[in-house]
Amino acid sequence: MSFFEKIAYVWKNYNATLFSGVGNTILLALVGTVFGLIIGILIGVVRTLPKSKNKFVRFLMRVVNAIFMVYIEVFRGTPMMVQAMVIFYGYARITGVMLPVMTSGIVIVSINTGAYMAEIVRGGIISIDKGQFEGAHAIGMNHWQTMMNVIIPQVMRNILPSVSNEFVINIKDTSVLNVIYVTELFFMANIAASDTNMVLETYVIVSLMYLVMTFTVTRLLRLVERLLAGKKDYTICGSQSDPAAEIHVKEAH
Amino acid sequence: MADNIFTVNDLVKNFGNHAVLKGINLSVNKGEVVSIIGASGSGKSTLLRCLNLLEQPTSGTIEFEGENILGNKFNAIKYRAKVGMVFQSFNLFNNMNVLKNCVIGQVKVLKRSKAEAEEVAMKYLSNVGMSAYINARPSQLSGGQKQRVAIARALSMNPDVLLFDEPTSALDPEMVGEVLSVMSDLSKTGLTMITVTHEMQFAREVSSRVLFMDDGVIAEDSSPEQIFTNPKEERTRAFLNRIINKR
Repeated sequence: MSFFEKIAYVWKNYNATLFSGVGNTILLALVGTVFGLIIGILIGVVRTLPKSKNKFVRFLMRVVNAIFMVYIEVFRGTPMMVQAMVIFYGYARITGVMLPVMTSGIVIVSINTGAYMAEIVRGGIISIDKGQFEGAHAIGMNHWQTMMNVIIPQVMRNILPSVSNEFVINIKDTSVLNVIYVTELFFMANIAASDTNMVLETYVIVSLMYLVMTFTVTRLLRLVERLLAGKKDYTICGSQSDPAAEIHVKEAH
Repeated sequence: MADNIFTVNDLVKNFGNHAVLKGINLSVNKGEVVSIIGASGSGKSTLLRCLNLLEQPTSGTIEFEGENILGNKFNAIKYRAKVGMVFQSFNLFNNMNVLKNCVIGQVKVLKRSKAEAEEVAMKYLSNVGMSAYINARPSQLSGGQKQRVAIARALSMNPDVLLFDEPTSALDPEMVGEVLSVMSDLSKTGLTMITVTHEMQFAREVSSRVLFMDDGVIAEDSSPEQIFTNPKEERTRAFLNRIINKR
């Protein structure tokens, strides 16, 4: 069989196997990125809390911030593959039961991504003008209302390119979860490769599958970016002489 | 006193070792239109920011409608809804259109219904001549338009007093007039206003009382006629001469 015949053979006989891996890979990357982003935003909101007048609350905040710092440093500073091993076997040792592998996978990707997202969100919050906070505080919004209604929506727009980066990284890096038997694409590729003994052909197919996934995701997120940017034009309703008039203003960009 | 809005006693604010406010005593009654003038760095804006607790004073007391606002149990967040603030840099929410800017605080803080909040917002937006622009985003407006929306946003909260922190200083000269005329209209409605300004004509013609601040204290506190025609203090005279000769 020629190279292309072998590719066709693997594709014909194992595409269902590989696609089941694709499903899990996307699930892990998507849920992991979303949860990671939520973790990042929550940490960002807590870290920007105004200094309390209460001594005990101030002490508590210092402890919480220290915990965040340790979390971020540990999970950014160790490989996800190692984290997967430690968490998966650690959980089994401590509780005596195995965590289901997909659950383990989602937890690991989420907290790993959360550590990066916390820093991305922090950068996003720093980049927002202080006046936006003051404007919100001046009309009586509390910290949570300010963050959720005014700051985070603007942060989201600014950090979307970095979030999309994380998403792409997660699609690829979930492949390390094969060490704890998560049946994602790479795990399935191993099965196909060892079954057929067509190692090169299998991984050429798999690399194309990864590429299609990552390319699709970046395009989709570009679209979201454009949607979040809002409309460039607006309507002026009414005028001095004619209250029913509508003037459509288009911005040149 | 029933119609007292602010009573400030011996207010001090330090930034590190630098004393910006060195003992401010001030009493403002309902319906007064107060202008605060003085050189840059004299503490005008800091005083205003202490009044709505955007800055925490170092010492002294501030009473708002008879209540101590610097107490530990005082709810500063709710309090700010009663004290409107208009900033030099507008600080409109960039992620919302004009109408939403004026609605969000009413809905989230005052718990008004969306319909009621929109009605209130429309009323004040038309007062400042911006009701046609409800769909525009802040980035699509000129400075003067932004500031008029910011005034409508503050008014939509139905505050007991409105603070203006150099509301025209960031504007192009041809836009200063439109904002000042809105403020002048407002001053006739009985709203209590405290304005930090470099617009001497506004201070003179619109306000009922002028404070001259110098080096962290209120150096002179009197009627506009008095301060602009016959100031008691030599430093007030020197400041006004500097400002007027620049023109």
